[in-house]
Amino acid sequence: MKLSKAQYDEIAQFLGHVQPTRQSLRKLKEKFPSQSQSTLLSIFSQEYQKQIKRTHAKHHTAEAIETYYQRYLNGVMKNAAAPVLLDLANEVDFAPSLMARIVLERFLQEKEQAIPSKTLISSMLRDPSQIPDGVLANQVYQCTVNDCCYGPLVDCIKHAVGHEHEVLLREMLLEKNLSFIAEDQLRAKGYDKTPDFILEVPVAVEGHIIHWIESKASFGDESSHQAYLQDQFWSYWNRFGPGLVIYWYGFIEELDCHRERGILLKDCFPTDIVTLRHSMAQR
Amino acid sequence: MGAASGWANRSKPSRRINPTPVSAERPLSKPKTCFTSTPVSRSPAAHWSAGSSPEAFAAVQEGNLSSVMSNSLQEEREMLKKERCKLLHQASSPAGISFDPGTPTKPSYTRSASLPAESHLVTCANPAKVSCKKQLECLAQLYSSCIAENLVPNIFLELFFVLQLLTSKGTSTAEDGDSDPEISERNRDVSGRQHFESVHNCVYFAVRVLDYQFEIISHLEKGMLKLLAENERISSFSPTLHKRLRQAYESSTAKVSLLLPCSVQSVSFQPETDNRSNFPSDRAFQVFKKQRDIFYELLREWEDNHEKTVWDFERVLGSKIRAMMAHLSATCNHSRFARLFQKQLIQMCKGPIGGGASWGDTPDQDVLNMLGSDNLSRLKRLQERFVVPQSIRGPCPPPSFPGCQQFFRDFILSAGSYQFNQHLVDSLCLKILELNGLTLVEHDHSDGETDMEEQDEKKRFTVALLSLRLLAKFLGFIVFLPYRTAEQPAGDMPDSALVLRNQTLPVLDILKLLRQSIRDQRSILTIPWIVEYLSLVDHVAPFLDYYRKVFGLLLQVYRLMVLSEDKEMSFLNKLLILAVLGWLFQVPSVPEELFFTTDDRQERFVMDTVTSAQALDFVPLVDQQLLYTCCPYLSELRKLLASFVAGSGGKNGGFIRKITPTAAESLAPKASVTQQKLQVDLEQAFFHNQPPSLRRTVEFVAERVGSNCVKHIKATLVADLVQRAEAMLQDKVKEEDVNHDKLLEEVCTHLYEEGAQALIKGREFCKKKGPEAVRVLLPEETSAAVLSSAESIAVELATEKACGWLSANIAALIKREVKATFNRMLKVPGFPLPGVDAVELRRDCPPGCQHCAPFPSQMINEIKYVLCVAVGPREEGEVVDYVWLECLLGRLSQTLRCRKFMCPTAEQQLAKCTVELASLLVSDRVPLSLGIKSSEKSPERLRGKNDPTSGLLKLLFSIWKEDFGTSVPVQLIFSKKNVGYLTEAKQREWDLFLFLLHGLTEHELMRTSEIQSCLHSLEELPWPSDFVKDLKRLSRVFVSEHQIEKPRTNPCELTRQSLATVTTQS
Repeated sequence: MKLSKAQYDEIAQFLGHVQPTRQSLRKLKEKFPSQSQSTLLSIFSQEYQKQIKRTHAKHHTAEAIETYYQRYLNGVMKNAAAPVLLDLANEVDFAPSLMARIVLERFLQEKEQAIPSKTLISSMLRDPSQIPDGVLANQVYQCTVNDCCYGPLVDCIKHAVGHEHEVLLREMLLEKNLSFIAEDQLRAKGYDKTPDFILEVPVAVEGHIIHWIESKASFGDESSHQAYLQDQFWSYWNRFGPGLVIYWYGFIEELDCHRERGILLKDCFPTDIVTLRHSMAQR
Repeated sequence: MGAASGWANRSKPSRRINPTPVSAERPLSKPKTCFTSTPVSRSPAAHWSAGSSPEAFAAVQEGNLSSVMSNSLQEEREMLKKERCKLLHQASSPAGISFDPGTPTKPSYTRSASLPAESHLVTCANPAKVSCKKQLECLAQLYSSCIAENLVPNIFLELFFVLQLLTSKGTSTAEDGDSDPEISERNRDVSGRQHFESVHNCVYFAVRVLDYQFEIISHLEKGMLKLLAENERISSFSPTLHKRLRQAYESSTAKVSLLLPCSVQSVSFQPETDNRSNFPSDRAFQVFKKQRDIFYELLREWEDNHEKTVWDFERVLGSKIRAMMAHLSATCNHSRFARLFQKQLIQMCKGPIGGGASWGDTPDQDVLNMLGSDNLSRLKRLQERFVVPQSIRGPCPPPSFPGCQQFFRDFILSAGSYQFNQHLVDSLCLKILELNGLTLVEHDHSDGETDMEEQDEKKRFTVALLSLRLLAKFLGFIVFLPYRTAEQPAGDMPDSALVLRNQTLPVLDILKLLRQSIRDQRSILTIPWIVEYLSLVDHVAPFLDYYRKVFGLLLQVYRLMVLSEDKEMSFLNKLLILAVLGWLFQVPSVPEELFFTTDDRQERFVMDTVTSAQALDFVPLVDQQLLYTCCPYLSELRKLLASFVAGSGGKNGGFIRKITPTAAESLAPKASVTQQKLQVDLEQAFFHNQPPSLRRTVEFVAERVGSNCVKHIKATLVADLVQRAEAMLQDKVKEEDVNHDKLLEEVCTHLYEEGAQALIKGREFCKKKGPEAVRVLLPEETSAAVLSSAESIAVELATEKACGWLSANIAALIKREVKATFNRMLKVPGFPLPGVDAVELRRDCPPGCQHCAPFPSQMINEIKYVLCVAVGPREEGEVVDYVWLECLLGRLSQTLRCRKFMCPTAEQQLAKCTVELASLLVSDRVPLSLGIKSSEKSPERLRGKNDPTSGLLKLLFSIWKEDFGTSVPVQLIFSKKNVGYLTEAKQREWDLFLFLLHGLTEHELMRTSEIQSCLHSLEELPWPSDFVKDLKRLSRVFVSEHQIEKPRTNPCELTRQSLATVTTQS
């Protein structure tokens, strides 16, 4: 679903300081009933991540960490069953999963008298059963489960969604009889940067020749699109020529401005495809 | 040339196109003493004292043109000078004086100021008013001979001058008073000035010269001919010339477009040369990956912004480029980058105006649909008028870097990197030598395919020539860059610099290449790019011994290349060489005396040319399009005419003129005594009497089949060996802590023997594939004998190529591949454990699966929701509907069965989440709502086998057992955290937990002993004492139950009984 910049801004405006909980998501859906849920969720997630990036440093000062840890200790002392960490995160406008990470890291540091490795912490966040303290384990789990923008569960969902759309795209390519080389094959051949699919025989989409297709199971907003252009799309262009990006959850219409230069944006599999020698779709 | 400025001064200001005096177009140097060009602002006296040029010229002229009196030449020069002086004085604008060619002026020098305020109508030139016809005729003849014998440094400059005369406008006052030819005749004796004082005389002279030079003119492009044919002055002064021009125009097909479509593309990534194995280290590979992207980023930025006035290349991109250079230096990647740079340069800039004006130059499909292809060409012409510069800049502009070339030049300048320049020079030289070696297949008149072949060959030649010129220009730019000065060094030549520079060797021996090209009759390819190279010389270089020789040789070529249609070389080939050489002689840094001094040290021109199969000069390779592409300044002639006759139109037709190529005979090598040689000779002889396409086909097939053979061996035999090696390594690496290098060596040695198979297989491959390909590619009618010979030669050549490579490289190849595989193997996380993936891979969708189950991501999301509600915090009255949850698990089962969209991480996450869900269910943390029944809900009702939770658990057992492809971490149920959910549990929860434990064993998800040990270790943890008691009791019951119930079959029924037992005991 393509959104105009104005439509997008309206949504982003609303998302200003919404907490990443299931309750907020419900409200969002009520406010913008005409937009698809996945688009809204994707925008919400991106906006929230932007906000977190802006405030990340603030929550990682030594003072802040100490304050959070003390508040956690006091909180669970009073009532271990209460959602102490989750409430704390919401109160200071920080992602629950990230708050859990801060407190867990601080906890381990005290317990082990050494700075714990990142992998250990990540592993404990993924499986809180490994956390030596039962109360903290429950608190951390509550945070990661309730967080709908960060955390191992969300990461996994994003990964799965990406994979599913790649599979979908592959199916569509097969159905249209367009032969392609997939990313894993390209990697095996030693390509340094690889789009999801390279077409063995280029086709024209809406009059533009494309050599590759990249699937993005997210909404294309300005900042993510710029980052993708920089890290991926232009790199693909530099190696393989013009190509197509499919933002399955839509994008800001105005971003589709590099068509002439060779980056085409779509929010679905294109119907107007012209192949070499014969036309698949009647113009 | 001076006349040009006089003429310009008199042009009307209202004119759309401002003509530009030629002399000012070489503002960085003092002007050349050209045949017709005396600087306007100089007095004749000043000129004569300026140097030895006239004498030098006279010497040359005496040696070569004995039939013409030298005096008359000088006389003419003087007359022209005077004429110019006069014109200059007549010019009302003082700006005319500022044309002091001795003073360097900026290229952006504006000529608009020189336009006089007054505007005169073009005087009507009248043949009847011409005076001193006899003398003019004599001068015209003389002048034409000089042009025809190449005694002028640049014939087009002279033609430009002639056209200036043709289009000159006299002042009306001068014309009116000078109406009587008799008076003029008498006045002539008083002063020689009168010859060119009147427009009528100028036009008369010009028309006479044009008549003599008709052959050259008739070879120019069609638009030019059209303007000449429509020129009223020509038609009134010489109806015969007019008629000839008309005919030439009507039969000409030489339409020229300076706007070739040029779609800019990136240099594609080729794994064979660009993948990791081509780099010494991972770091070098990674760095280069980044540099490639940065390079294109810079290019795009330049594309977007360079036309904006405030944008400055160095300021915006300079530091980025230098940072890039530093990275390249650190990883020794310069040569690789230089290659990319050079390839991109060719890709973007080989078009006529320095590459496309924009990235999307190819016609838009929408536009094409709208206009149709016919109108599209009109649109193109229109576009050309907008894009191609129309202002007159004179026929000798200084070397420049138009269009995209500018980016590459500025990049080199900003980079300022010695390493980069050195590698770029290497890369450029390499490519130049490669392209300079271009061979064309000889043309065979006997068959009908010549036209097509000829066109292909011409295209190949054009591409090679344009690329060569581009590369040579950049090579010259870099080579002479360190010595570049804004103007000629003042005073005497710095001798010390000369002495030292005479010692150094040039990077590319262009003198040798030039000599070779003359000897092999390939100058049509070589001279144009050598000219580009030399056009960038610094002011000192031409005085070096080496370049003196080069220029001397070029000068001789120029002199001897008399234009006429002869068998040796086509007219247009010669015209191109003359045009580029003439241009070179006018380049600012090329000293003017060069043309007029005969150097005794000059070597004798090698006339003993060798007629080889590689000769190009005979082949009519140059057409007007190529001529004008190489020398865009030739269209200045047309612009001059066009600005005179504004707004002429008219349709024209034409037929396609065929250029019949002449074939050079190839010389079969002489026979030798050895048998092997004889075979080779036989093979050559075989090809000799066959059409050349046969040989090309055979060589092509051999080359491709040989190459494919190696690829095939890699993909089959080597791949198999690598797979076996992998298996061997997998076994051995697990055995003990072995030395990996040694192990690798061991395994490889084992495989080398089998690698010898490659040669046998390679031979088989070539023998099978070679003939197939030859048969498909040769004409059906080829006789059986010829076909079989061709096949066997192709097979022989292919085998030679493939087996030669294989025998030399197979061992190294095997080792490399095995090593790469081994490294990958070691990197796989969890190695050398037999991966979970292996189990996972075997699974497939159930037969007839429609792949319409919910997506895994959707399922994770929904289960996450349930977990959320379970762990809270919950809103008031927030519940999970039992039926919905049951349904969710049903859908989960479907999702897990369909493998299409599943990925390992998603499946593992689902497994973990469902275990978590089970723990939350047994500890009654999930607020289940039973719909209508919920009102009747009572602890008694929920206990026993109809407990809804047990139903959900049963579903989970089945999913874990049947549907998951990955192992389910059920042991998490016994984690401290999850068991902790039970701390405040009542009897019902303990019952459910026991039910869960039994389920696990019955579905073989865990062994009884495993559960027992889990429970035991749980008892060790610091729980409240009551809870430890409960745990112990549970453990006891579980063990006893399990032992008793073992022979029984229905687990659920049994569990109900055992739970009752536990209850009574508690």
